[in-house]
Parts: sequence; C-alpha cells; structure tokens
Amino acid sequence: MTTGQAVTGSKIRWSAINLIVVFFAITPVLWIVSLSLKQPSTFTDGSFIPRKITFDNYLGIFRTGGFARPLLNSIGIGLISTAIAIVLGVFAAYAIARLNFPGRRVMLGASLLIAMFPQVSLVTPLFQIERSLHLFNTWPGLILPYVTFTLPLTIYTLSAFFREIPWELEKAAKMDGATPFQAFRHVIVPLAVPGVVTATILAFIQCWNDFLFAIALTSSDSARTAPAAISFFTGASQFEDPTGSIAAAAVVITIPIVIFVLVFQSRIVSGLTSGAVKG
Amino acid sequence: MADIVLDGVTKRYDDGSTAVRDLDISIADHELLILVGPSGCGKSTTLNMIAGLENITDGELRISGKRMNERAPRDRDIAMVFQSYALYPHMSVAENMAFPLKLAGVDKATIKNKVEHTAEILELTAYLNRKPGHLSGGQRQRVAMGRAIVRSPQAFLMDEPLSNLDAKLRVQMRTAIARLQKSLGTTMVYVTHDQIEAMTLGDRIALMLRGVVQQIGSPQELYEQPANLFVAGFIGSPAMNFFTGEVVDNTVSTVIGNIPLPDKHRRALEAHLSGTREVVVGLRPEAFEDAALVGDRTHGATFTQCVDIMESVGSAKFAYLNLASTDRPSRITELDEETGADEVFRDSQLVAQLDSRSPAQESEDLQLWFNPSDMILFEPEHGRNLLIED
Ligand SMILES: Nc1ncnc2c1ncn2[C@@H]1O[C@H](COP(=O)(O)OP(=O)(O)O)[C@@H](O)[C@H]1O
Ligand SMILES: [Mg+2]
Repeated sequence: MTTGQAVTGSKIRWSAINLIVVFFAITPVLWIVSLSLKQPSTFTDGSFIPRKITFDNYLGIFRTGGFARPLLNSIGIGLISTAIAIVLGVFAAYAIARLNFPGRRVMLGASLLIAMFPQVSLVTPLFQIERSLHLFNTWPGLILPYVTFTLPLTIYTLSAFFREIPWELEKAAKMDGATPFQAFRHVIVPLAVPGVVTATILAFIQCWNDFLFAIALTSSDSARTAPAAISFFTGASQFEDPTGSIAAAAVVITIPIVIFVLVFQSRIVSGLTSGAVKG
Repeated sequence: MADIVLDGVTKRYDDGSTAVRDLDISIADHELLILVGPSGCGKSTTLNMIAGLENITDGELRISGKRMNERAPRDRDIAMVFQSYALYPHMSVAENMAFPLKLAGVDKATIKNKVEHTAEILELTAYLNRKPGHLSGGQRQRVAMGRAIVRSPQAFLMDEPLSNLDAKLRVQMRTAIARLQKSLGTTMVYVTHDQIEAMTLGDRIALMLRGVVQQIGSPQELYEQPANLFVAGFIGSPAMNFFTGEVVDNTVSTVIGNIPLPDKHRRALEAHLSGTREVVVGLRPEAFEDAALVGDRTHGATFTQCVDIMESVGSAKFAYLNLASTDRPSRITELDEETGADEVFRDSQLVAQLDSRSPAQESEDLQLWFNPSDMILFEPEHGRNLLIED
C-alpha cells in the first residue's frame, strides 16, 4: 500500500529529526555530567566517557566549597517567592478570568509589560533601594524582585487556564446542593489544579535560574543563591582549575528542577476538562 | 413532588434588557410542561429563575405553595439537566451521580444502592467507573439525567437536554425522557426550541416569544387554535401558509382565489372586524390535497397552480407552488425579523402536503383542493386569531 509506505516514510523522517534535536539539546548536559565525574588531570583528554569515575568534585563543593548554604538559599528563596506569586496570581487571575471589571485588559497588558521589562536596567536602582532599606543581601531582598517578575507570567498563565474551566459546572454543583464553598472546593479546585501546577513550575524555574539579581543584590553566603555562588568558585589553590567544581555544581542545581518537574508532571493531566460539556 | 407557580415573574438583566416579562405559568404536580420558543426568547432565563441561578426581578415563584424567590438553589430541592450536560470531568460516572447525595449527607451504603439502581434504569451500569471524557454523547446525556434523578428531587428542570445529540438518538431519548417522567411522576419543566420535540413530549406547552408567553395549552390546542400568527407559524412542520386577504361580502379574496367564508368564520368576523376588512389567511400544508384524489368535492374550494418543486418523504409528498407575489402583512415581516426564521413565514410560496399516491409532477399544473373551514383568519395589526372568542 502506498499510503502505508508514506506513513512509515514520514514516521522515519520525523524520528530522525527528533533524534537530531534531542541529541543537540542533550549533548552539553551530558558533557557537563561527564566533566563533573572526571579527575582534574583528565579534563582535557578529549574523552567523552570518563576513564575513571570520581565523585571528588561533588564532595569538594560541599566540603570545602561551601555550596550547601547557597543551595539552601536557592531552595528557600525559590519556594517562598513561588508560593507568594502563586497565591497572589490565583486571586488576580480569577478576577481577570471571571469578573467583568473595567480595566481588565489594561491590567493584563500591564502585567505582560512588566514581564518584558529589561531586568538589567532595574538592577542599579534596586541595589540602591535595597541598601537604604537594609534589604540588601537578605532573603526578602531577593524574594521581592522574584515575586515581581514571576507574578505577571503567573497571572497570564493562570488566567488562560481559568478561562478554559467550564464555569457552568459551578451552577451544576449549586443545583446538586452545594454551597458556594463546596462548589469551589469539590468542582472548581480539582479542575484548576493542573493550571496552578503548571504556573508553579514555571515560576519556580524562573526564580531558580535567576543569576542577575542574585549576583547584584547579595554580597555573602547569607543570601547568595546557587547560580551566583558558582561564579565565585575558585580552585583550592590559585593554580587549581575550578572546572570540575563548576561542572559538579551545575549538575547539582539541575537536579531539583528535574525532581520538581517529575513530581508535578503527573498532576498536569492534559485534557482533564474534556468531557465536561458537550460531546 | 410539587407544583410550581410563576406569578407575574419578570427578569431584567443588569444591562437593562428585559428577558422575561410578566410570566404567569402554573405547573401542576406530576405535570410535564414544555417551554418552547425561538432562540433568545427567555426560556433559559425562566428556567434559571425557577432553579435559583438567576434572581427574580419582579413577581413571585412558589413551589408547593411556598415562596422561593429568596432561597438558594440547594434549598429548593430541584434538579437540573443542562444543555451542555455539565458533568464533572474529574469524577467517574458513579461519583458524578453520587455527588448530590454526598452533599446531602446520605450514608455510603445508601448512596451506593441508589447510584446502582439509577444506573440500571439508565443502562449505565457498565460505565460506572469511566470518566465522562470517555463516554459518547448519548451516554453523557444519560449520566446528566442520572445525576438529576438519583436524589428524587421535587422537580426536574431540563434546558434543551437533547440538542447536542444526533437526530436518531434525540428521538430515542425523547421517548425515554417522557417514559421516565411518567414512571417517576415528578413535576418537570422541559425547555426546547424544537417544536416537534415540544409537540411529541408534553402534556402542556407554553410558547414564548421575546420574553412573553404567547399561548399555553395542549399540543392539539396550539395546533388547532393558535392564539396568534406567531404560534400558528411556529407550530407545525412544514409551517403554515399565510396570505393576505380581503373580505368581500361572504368571501375572502386571496392570491389563491376567492374563498367562500364558512358560517363560523363569518360570525367571528362580524364580532371582531369593525371597519377594516383586511385579514391574514392561514392554511396548513396538511389542509391541501391533490384534487384528483378527492372524491367528494362539495365542501371544498379548488385552485390550480404550477408546481415548482415536489418532495417525497415516502408517506407523503410536498408540493411547493409559486404564487403571485403580494404585499406581505407588516406583522409577518416583523415576526420574521424577530424569530430570524425567514422560511417559516414565506410569502409568494405555498406548501401543500399531498397523499403519496398523488401523480403531481414538477413544472406541471396541479389542481389543489382544500376545505375552507380549515382556514384560520388573523387580524393583520397584532396577528391575533380572529376565530377565538375572548
Ligand atoms: N446574563 C445576561 N445578561 C444580559 N442579558 C442576558 C443574559 N443572559 C441572557 N440574556 C438575554 O436574555 C434573552 C433571553 O436569553 P435566554 O433565556 O438565554 O434565551 P433562550 O434560552 O430562550 O435561548 C436574550 O436576549 C439574551 O441575550
Ligand atoms: Mg437557552
């Protein structure tokens, strides 16, 4: 059958293209993993697979490099910022999706504008402001800009999700004898969860990956986050190459993101609302 | 079990538009009332007011004699089936049906029993563990019904429950709903825009236009004694033919000739018409017959016209005849615009339903016979039926 062949042909073509893209994306990651497992003397041997695997680099960054504290800062600041942004974002997005108030569009537009604002132009003023407010080099000093910059994205994603919820279900729940709170709790919340989870992941990744604010608004380990800390890595001595430590740290800060996504991914059931209305 | 009374109920939306005006309907216990009318005439608004999902601007709603205006939906003990079904997508079929019982605090064993029993009635037993997303349209519709009947409410409200199903399933479900309502004996208000659905289902039909009830009565009453032009045009398929006519002596002159007025019509005209002699003549397609097939023509009138199109539906034939164009009564044009149904109120074309044995051919002349006493006369100004005494 010619159509059958055509289908197989296009399948093969797409598989090949997918493979190339995946290879292209994953090679640098594998390279970093490989580097982090090598001994300093074999960094430049050109071999992709380490001859001898060592965990010295990992032990090094935690024992002597003091990477534990920045990692803790990253996790703490990231989680707190995300939580605040999501709570505020849920309220704002609900209002934008459900209520008809003047200036709804303007609000959404303004929030997008903030998200696109070049952050680098804010660093110097923020530095001055935080210094005078004694927020410099503290957790709140980073949480504040993180919330500011994740909130627009959160509001935008959530309001798009909320608009998709069949709100007639709320009426159905009322007819079934639910109080407004019961309708919210048993019907709306379960449907909104996938959207909230998606927004949470995006917000957390944005906070976690930030380098600019972290480097500009901190001066010591008391608030410095992991990406900023990596840039301060030096070898044990002036002549020692910090490549191994940097690679190990890079792998370490990737792991929470992977865990985060894997944990929540199962909750983002796509098409969860299908079958609610019509057919 | 309950009776529902709408007493002068009016709904004005926040934007100032009046969706329902001064509605007086009383629905007896055990009764199935059909609310029918073109899209946008206020059927859903009415239903939502009975349900408690919309506030009542003016008037009173009583269920079992008690005023309901201020009560929340859950305190009215009414179940509703939505046009979109509104099933909870994250719950299985069983959980969907159990939801109202769970909220009512019924114990687990009873819930299980009732859900299983309801599923059996609706033939849903095999699907109890499925999510609505994995059901066909007809099955979803039955789940929505199940969720409504499982808690034995005082009354059911149905808002175009079958409009998302295909034609065949719609007919099946229509009879199933009627049977279910009879066997449960629960009062039901059923909303539809489909006049055939309304005619086949209901004990009583309330026909609405622009938020005002035009007529309430049995399907037969609405068909035989329509209160006005709109009711006459809306009920019946194909729709009634309308012509302008002028009453001269004992005949009414129309594009299909001078029709002698039967006694009943003459008396009605004398009672109603003062001065103006203009009327709108309504004749249903079923009133006509191929003259060749009519044996005794003494009581009838005939006229001959060229057939434009013939359609056969097996059991009957429909002949479409072009008539000389006449001035359309302004009321008909107005109704056309209001209902958006320009083919319902055709001018210059006549539809006749013929016996399937009729030999009539397209582009040939056809002699049509009809009985003038089947004629309905309307007043052109407001479209009122002149044959009904008031
Ligand atoms: N929430 C609302 N606000 C303002 N007008 C409304 C609202 N809901 C319905 N309407 C208007 O009220 C009229 C009746 O609507 P509806 O009851 O939904 O009609 P039906 O169900 O008969 O099609 C329509 O003209 C519609 O535009
Ligand atoms: Mg409607």
